[in-house]
Amino acid sequence: MTDTLFYVFAAITLISALLMVVSPNAVNGAICMIICFVTTAALFVLLEAYFLAVIQVLVYAGAVMVLFLFIIMLLDVNKDTSDLLKDKMTLGASITGFTLLVILTLSVFAGGQHLPETALLPVMENPTGEGVGIPFTTSAKSFGYSLFTKYMLPFQVTGFLLLAAMIGVIVVSKKHSENS
Amino acid sequence: MTVGLNAFILVAGLLFAIGMFGVILRKNTLVIYMSLELMLNGVILALVAFSRYNGTMDGNLFVFFIITVAAAEVALGLAIIVALFRLRQSVMVDQLTSLSR
Repeated sequence: MTDTLFYVFAAITLISALLMVVSPNAVNGAICMIICFVTTAALFVLLEAYFLAVIQVLVYAGAVMVLFLFIIMLLDVNKDTSDLLKDKMTLGASITGFTLLVILTLSVFAGGQHLPETALLPVMENPTGEGVGIPFTTSAKSFGYSLFTKYMLPFQVTGFLLLAAMIGVIVVSKKHSENS
Repeated sequence: MTVGLNAFILVAGLLFAIGMFGVILRKNTLVIYMSLELMLNGVILALVAFSRYNGTMDGNLFVFFIITVAAAEVALGLAIIVALFRLRQSVMVDQLTSLSR
């Protein structure tokens, strides 16, 4: 059952990603992108990372893509849709690069001589927080525990990064006055 | 679940490849930016899969930080694109070639 779900969600993710890339209309592309993010969240659920699945839907499919749709509709960039197939050089270069990257990925991770498979480890329901490493758990509690012990400095740096991004957005989008 | 780590990494690698395809192919800056987000999405899927099959929490924490940084990056990048549009009335990269002359 879970295997079937994995194949279905992986197929939807890849197809919607490809549709996003080749869709001439940017708004349709953004909608395909939302589908791609939601199905990636479903893959996270299959990997038992429930908290990250929720974060993925809220932040990526919610906030980020709504911002993208807002900007696409605000700028109204759809009126000058250039033909995708007009530039033969770009088309050939991108298809060649894509094919090479796909062959590389397929040769490493699929087929007869791929990398060795590791078994799926058992998951703890409730973390104790003891020991050297932080074991994989399904609860959001281990995120809080890790953020305030092992990842305390990156957590604070991320807070400063958000502050810097906020100030940067204000500075970039500020209208310049006439005399400056 | 009998699906192994390699299947997840394969999906992640294909997502990354599709994102790179979009970055090279498209002319619209907003679509290029969405393709970059798609590449990030492939990377975080790989990190979550590695974290699950390794039995540690660190990959999930990295994904948490990556999502935070990506949100900040999207806000700033879209502000830059809006400022660019205000200045040049276009977001097509083939019309924004002042630096190459």
